Amino acid sequence: MIVGVRGVSVWGPGLAGWTQAQSRLRGQVEWTPDVVPPPPASSLAPNERRRSGPVTRLAHAVAEEACAVAGTDGSALSVVFTSANGDGGVIDSILKVLSQPGGEVSPTQFHNSVHNACAGYWTIGHNSIASATALSCYDWSFGLGLLKAAAEAVVEKHPVLFVAYDQPIPGPIGRVRITESAFACALLLDPDLGQPALAHMHLHYDPMGHDVPDLPEHEGLRALALGNPAARSLPLLACLARRQAGSVTVDCRSGQLRVDVSPC
Amino acid sequence: MRPLVISAGTAVSALGRGVAATRNAMQQRRGGLVPCDFSGVTEGYMGRLAGVEDHKLPDHLHRFECRNNRLADMALNTDGFRQAVAQARAYYGAARIAVIMGTSTSGILSSEQAYARRDVEQGTMPPDFEQQYTQDLFSLPSYVAAALSLEGPCLTVSNACASSSHAFLDAWHWIEAGVCDAAIVGGADSLCGMTLRGFGALGLVDAQPTRPGDARRHGISIGEAAGVALVERAGVRPLSRCGEGYRASLLGCGASSDGHHMSAPDPQGRGAIAAMRQALARSGLAATEIDYINLHGTGSVANDVMEDKAVYSVFGDSVACSSTKGWTGHTLGASGSLEAMICGICIQESLVPGGLNIEQIDPGFRSRIMAHNTAKPVRFVMSNAFGFGGNNCSLVFGAAE
Repeated sequence: MIVGVRGVSVWGPGLAGWTQAQSRLRGQVEWTPDVVPPPPASSLAPNERRRSGPVTRLAHAVAEEACAVAGTDGSALSVVFTSANGDGGVIDSILKVLSQPGGEVSPTQFHNSVHNACAGYWTIGHNSIASATALSCYDWSFGLGLLKAAAEAVVEKHPVLFVAYDQPIPGPIGRVRITESAFACALLLDPDLGQPALAHMHLHYDPMGHDVPDLPEHEGLRALALGNPAARSLPLLACLARRQAGSVTVDCRSGQLRVDVSPC
Repeated sequence: MRPLVISAGTAVSALGRGVAATRNAMQQRRGGLVPCDFSGVTEGYMGRLAGVEDHKLPDHLHRFECRNNRLADMALNTDGFRQAVAQARAYYGAARIAVIMGTSTSGILSSEQAYARRDVEQGTMPPDFEQQYTQDLFSLPSYVAAALSLEGPCLTVSNACASSSHAFLDAWHWIEAGVCDAAIVGGADSLCGMTLRGFGALGLVDAQPTRPGDARRHGISIGEAAGVALVERAGVRPLSRCGEGYRASLLGCGASSDGHHMSAPDPQGRGAIAAMRQALARSGLAATEIDYINLHGTGSVANDVMEDKAVYSVFGDSVACSSTKGWTGHTLGASGSLEAMICGICIQESLVPGGLNIEQIDPGFRSRIMAHNTAKPVRFVMSNAFGFGGNNCSLVFGAAE
């Protein structure tokens, strides 16, 4: 499968948007893990913004920037959101209520507990009736999500806004399922290779692949990649930031996805 | 789209295990709902699968032990599904068969039970809690792949109540793109405190057994189910009859969003209309060629009125439609996979089921809601699913050959 990358974004420790992050991903500026909160979800009306949580803010920040890089507003785009943990804060809070006799589940929390809440808020904010898919594939959420998003783009012959995000789970589950920090990235994929793009990506999926997956060389970025399923994207993002041809291997379950990147 | 074939499929629900139990219940108009008595919730009715408590997973997969994976395992061991998959695995190879499952809550019941035993002071879960293998959404396809010895790519799609309908669309994407040759497509959602009390908090649970399409309907009855289907390209593998499962063709699929509200449908139904039109266009069929529409039909006041309006605007009043959730309850993320089997049964048995529990069809409805079973040839069926987050999916099924 070949798709063009028309837009890209990243948000995480020391990576506050694509404009700022590129020089750090290229290694020209030393990466430091300074945490900058993502901007509020600009597309949402104030009441929806209040109801949605920090996970939505994180995912929408990268989705908006990838659209801005591509010069599109996103309202007609099909979206594929992928996240291992979803909104762990909402789940934790509902589980606490359920463990108390007579505890009342909040209706807003309950509708925010669905895994596709972030994607739903995106379509609400953009008044979009395009399709939205919410995936969850544990530590392989990025690789398998990209495999699904690219397949959709190629088969449906339409651009797909692909967003990967995860943030730490509070409460006792977060002590078992450890996610170190909040991280998100977005890629606007287009199967029409005639469109202006930052790069073309040739994707090769091998269900039997068992090479050592790529991880960042920088120690801090490597820890970031291993500590958040969405940050498994860092080697690919670094390759895109370098604007040089390269090849990146991402782990899936089963097998692996190799992404050959050629800058445009 | 190039049609896909469902060479084997089955489901388990409050109606029992597999095609025969479901078909008999539909023909005899015998519903599966009982007064709710689960996780301390005693309001409304529920659709509960018998035998879950006594069902055990294979020893080597004991880490996956949870109610949701038990449901999935019961489906895998119904109607000869496992044997049918073994034949496909021998033909394509284990690595060429994907597993794509829809679920909204996976094994969250295990977390609810573990929270009750957590160390509140230390803020820790009990040491035997297996997050990855139970609560985590990826637990379900991981279990199914392990239980069927498959080594292709796995995917969890969690689009609320449209999850396992959407899984068929995701399978089409992967098969058509050459990522895999075949896919296990399905879904499982099991009774748990989160959904029973969450829907209760939204005021969406009917005190009586759910009555989709009725003038006095007042909400849903929550059910549990698991459904699985072996989906592959038509005409590639010589198919021999294997097991008692249903067979069908997937002729069209469409997906859309409402872009309206997190938990209330768009009253104009523009997303639902878009999904139905896309599925119809991809099937190459005219609206008049659809013989039956299996509605999402949750029995909530807002869903049913929206869906009636959307169906009428695409099909007018000529196509028979009904919801089968009066039999099974709303099985949430599993409903698409369960209702795929119901569509398969309607085609195989020449049956248009009329909705259960209807005293008077909502007089404001303009589509052709059926309240009684009708025997007539059924060639093409549409199945609708709409979920929280404004997620819509429509599928068109036909006979297997």
